[in-house]
Amino acid sequence: MIWNNDFETLPREALESLQLKRLQQTVEKVYATVPFYRKSFDQWGIKPAHIKTLDDLRRLPFTLKQDMRDSYPYGLFAVPLEQIVRIHASSGTTGKPTVVGYSRRDIENWTEMVARSFVAAGAHQGDIIHNAYGYGLFTGGLGAHYGAERIGASVIPMSGGNTKKQLMIMQDFGSTVLTCTPSYSLYLAEVAAEEKIDIRSLKLKVGIFGAEPWSEKMRQEIETKLNIKAIDIYGLSEILGPGVGIECIEAQNGLHIWEDHFIPEIINPDTGEVLPDGEKGELVITTITKEGIPLIRYRTRDITRLTKEPCICGRTHARIERLSGRSDDMLIIRGVNVFPSQIESVLFAIDGIEPHYQLIVERDGKLDTLEVQVEVHEHTFSDEVKVLQGLSNKIRKDIKDLLGVTCNVRLVEPKSIARSEGKARRVIDNRPKES
Amino acid sequence: MKVEQISIFIENKSGRLAEVTGILGENGINIRALSLADTSDFGILRLIVDDSKKALKVLKEQKFTVSITQVIGVAVPDSPGGLSSILRTLDQHNVNVEYMYAFVERSGDNAVIIFRFDDVDEAIAALTQSGVKILPGHKITSI
Repeated sequence: MIWNNDFETLPREALESLQLKRLQQTVEKVYATVPFYRKSFDQWGIKPAHIKTLDDLRRLPFTLKQDMRDSYPYGLFAVPLEQIVRIHASSGTTGKPTVVGYSRRDIENWTEMVARSFVAAGAHQGDIIHNAYGYGLFTGGLGAHYGAERIGASVIPMSGGNTKKQLMIMQDFGSTVLTCTPSYSLYLAEVAAEEKIDIRSLKLKVGIFGAEPWSEKMRQEIETKLNIKAIDIYGLSEILGPGVGIECIEAQNGLHIWEDHFIPEIINPDTGEVLPDGEKGELVITTITKEGIPLIRYRTRDITRLTKEPCICGRTHARIERLSGRSDDMLIIRGVNVFPSQIESVLFAIDGIEPHYQLIVERDGKLDTLEVQVEVHEHTFSDEVKVLQGLSNKIRKDIKDLLGVTCNVRLVEPKSIARSEGKARRVIDNRPKES
Repeated sequence: MKVEQISIFIENKSGRLAEVTGILGENGINIRALSLADTSDFGILRLIVDDSKKALKVLKEQKFTVSITQVIGVAVPDSPGGLSSILRTLDQHNVNVEYMYAFVERSGDNAVIIFRFDDVDEAIAALTQSGVKILPGHKITSI
């Protein structure tokens, strides 16, 4: 099913000429209204009129997350506040949050993109969408909510937390679609098991999961444990919120980015050079329809690759590969790049391991140490020490083989790793910050 | 002839053992024998109790990772060389001991050794053949 056939299947030539027109308008608009952009374009000697083709995009400077922080709270807004109808902010784990404002048309476009995404994920009118993304400053809850209403589904605005109640509502209301973070879906399954609720037999058929990177193994785990299709949705608050991209249920092979609203590029994160399609690098997005806070070449820090190959679903919009991690989630341990998602795939490949783990990084003298904490459950427990030691040796060896990094494996008691009701906290980095 | 042993996964954190024994005590479960295997990170507490089903249930409710293993108890004369002859018998029959622990009966005449074998049935056969006295399960849980 396709929500907006005209735009979602637009031939690439028409799509690209639409992108160019919208890009030119956006560049003119930010140059005229946002001092930050006027200044940085001037520094680079760029005028809006220089943008004659889509390739000229690479002549423009990047926008960094730090630029958003520096403009806190409203410095990057391109319209007066009286035209802003909604304000969201990112979680801001370090210091001030980043603030985003939406005009009425931005909300309309966002709603449209989430509607497209949910339909691509297999949801439709008649579905009962159980929305367990947090409502509030976080874009997840309201973003998913509006799109779900737009397609005519019945939305249950659960928000996060209160897991037992979520399960009761799921059972009693007959939820068919679950929207939350992937780690929370597994937590729901775990609590369901404790409560003797057979979550597999509920009416749920699809889960639309995002807001944190998750591995293919974790997808299989979720699909088995909840007996649903698990679909990956992409978004980030700086650009929009959920619904920047979605995996189609037909292919489940890459996430379509709504290119009539965004231009994606992949760059080498070290040099800033644009990479050809198919190469892995950092995703950079330019918004071309946003009014409230248009961003030029925003560096998402998400690592992926891009393809414009046709997809079996019929959509013509480019796809990004499922994220292998965010460049700022990447740990550098004794010079080796490690993504938590890579360790996750090692763990999930071992029979009986529960999806709860945490990585602890410390500095011991000059040396970084990585400890992988894994919970021991019935399936992996044994009354014999050698069996448990065999398990930790296997984990250590598999991680070493795959990632080339040596770690300590620590088996811990069930539930000793904190459960998240939002984004899972996989990494605790206790190394002193470089000054 | 087999005895049910409860095994519990315990992290090396202060107070964890006390928590386990506390839970058992509150539920009126009596510990008959115990052994703790420890490594630098974790330990495995092995217990013989008077009501293993109940122990399993209450510990699971408190989110401990618990399992039940079949072990056997053997009465060994409490005199020099008592254990040695049993181990020799096992060796002759190529039966591997995974681990064992011992305690002394209340009367003091016999030591009771709890054995965990790779293959319990084979071990029982070997011991019985050689005339070693294997204690019935109820006798151990009610010591």
